[in-house]
Amino acid sequence: MNAYLEWKWIPRGIALGILAFVIFGPLVNLLLWTVAERWYFPHVLPLKYGFSFWANVFSPRGNAMSSLGTSVFIAVLTVILSLGLAIPAGYALARLRLPFRGLILLALLIPQAFPNLPVYVNIARIFYQYGLNGTILGVVLVHVTHGLVYAVWIATAAFSAVDRELEEAARSMGASALRGFRDVTLPIAAPGLLASAIFVFLESLDEFTGTYFVGAPDVTTLPLLLYTAGSGGNYQIASITALILLVPSITFMFVVERFLRSDVLSKVGH
Amino acid sequence: MSAKSETEVTHGWGSKKLPQPDTAGAFRAKHAGGLAEGGCRFAMPVHLLGFLLVAPALAIVVLLFVVPLISSITGAFEVGGTVSLGNFTKAFELYSGDMLFTLAIVLLSSALIGLFSIMIGGYLTLGSNPRAVAILRWIYRWPLFIPFIVVGQILRTFLAKNGLMNNIFIELGLMTPLSAMSFLDWRGIVIAFVWKQTPFVALLLSGAMASIDRSTIEAARNLGANRLRILIEIVLPQVRTTLLVGLILSFVTMMSVLSVPLMINAQSPTMITANMAFRINAYRDYGVANALGLISLLMTSAVAWVYLRQTMREHSR
Repeated sequence: MNAYLEWKWIPRGIALGILAFVIFGPLVNLLLWTVAERWYFPHVLPLKYGFSFWANVFSPRGNAMSSLGTSVFIAVLTVILSLGLAIPAGYALARLRLPFRGLILLALLIPQAFPNLPVYVNIARIFYQYGLNGTILGVVLVHVTHGLVYAVWIATAAFSAVDRELEEAARSMGASALRGFRDVTLPIAAPGLLASAIFVFLESLDEFTGTYFVGAPDVTTLPLLLYTAGSGGNYQIASITALILLVPSITFMFVVERFLRSDVLSKVGH
Repeated sequence: MSAKSETEVTHGWGSKKLPQPDTAGAFRAKHAGGLAEGGCRFAMPVHLLGFLLVAPALAIVVLLFVVPLISSITGAFEVGGTVSLGNFTKAFELYSGDMLFTLAIVLLSSALIGLFSIMIGGYLTLGSNPRAVAILRWIYRWPLFIPFIVVGQILRTFLAKNGLMNNIFIELGLMTPLSAMSFLDWRGIVIAFVWKQTPFVALLLSGAMASIDRSTIEAARNLGANRLRILIEIVLPQVRTTLLVGLILSFVTMMSVLSVPLMINAQSPTMITANMAFRINAYRDYGVANALGLISLLMTSAVAWVYLRQTMREHSR
């Protein structure tokens, strides 16, 4: 029996090894590019390593720092606005008997159910008339529209997963509906809401297409900087920018389960 | 006590039962015209309160998504201020190859994403070795939140003719330098989509698989069914909706991604997202861009229709 179990590690090891190569190969490649000073064919690995491009990117005159600042500022505004809209909506969808509830959930899904590109193109045209093109507010509004689906759906799931009896216990002890919400429902749903906040933050930080049409060239976020550097053939700058975007994404991936328990996850979309 | 508050929630407005104190209060509040004042916030009809809470979010979606969506549709039929099909003739003349190319790429990617996420979810649920399951769980999720623009940049350097992948294969003797070729064409786009979207669908799927009733699996196992058969005949039918939702969301996402086709393969044949950006940046040609947009809308509508029918059927139950 023991020998049999050992033997089974051969196919397992091969399968997991291939998967690891597929996932980590490209990531290692990115890391190499961020520290490669000289790297050309036919050399498998860079010829010279160094951080001179990092100094370039992070120098006061480099535009990476200002792009990072713009990106974070836009993302924070997006989170505040999205959650301000999503918490009431999520609570109503989870707890109150709304007529056409399914229809409302579907309506909020519209930004995910249709390709965004034609919409962004026309938003840019509409925003142009109102002077919103090339402004931070314009970009934030586009990001909110995009992030709202996740925010509302996750908030709805988080509120649905709160045990109704706890709320009712609070109510029966004389707490008002608002007090019951503030002191019972909101704290229990908080991890799910935090997850949706981080999610919206990352979506905004990483958003490219909408910013490309609405913000460029006046508003330069990190993804736009990455795109410009990459299409200019400057792979080191592009890779360093990509790495800056990568770190929060991967960190979130590791902690997401702490916030989004499976009972919440299984209620998404119901 | 709990039963009472339940009926309050259910029958807050338009109740056929005898008016309860709360309902009467709601009635008064409605006729006094005082809706948002603090004093009568609990007396408000529940439906109205619900709508007030949902309305701002809905308004954003309508104003900033539905309106531009409609103007993209009307814009597709407009040439120089008159209604015409000219944009479509031009779009088909220039890009009919790219339309088929787009559809083929997205369908192939969806199929691969579905297959791989079933494999991953299935092993996570039915895998017998806890250590292998833990390793898989740790590895597969890495691309989950990596943005498409980063995926584009990573794979552009990894899959190139002289990229790290070919170099490693040559170094290992799996390939000669002469047979090395660039994957930066349709294959690069498919690889980018599958690399990025599989963890998302697999995460949804394994979540759904984890919450199904274990006793049916155990029963089948006791009857001697092997794991592949359990996966296909018992687990998959129960998570079909989740798989469908995940794949449709991925389908729509792939139809909207601009960065991957721009960075991996912007030459013809390419995806119509890249063509749309090109029409606008190079010619300010909103007509043809909108026509292409409408075509991509039609492709996803066909898919969304499947989803709508599915959820409607579930909600009617």
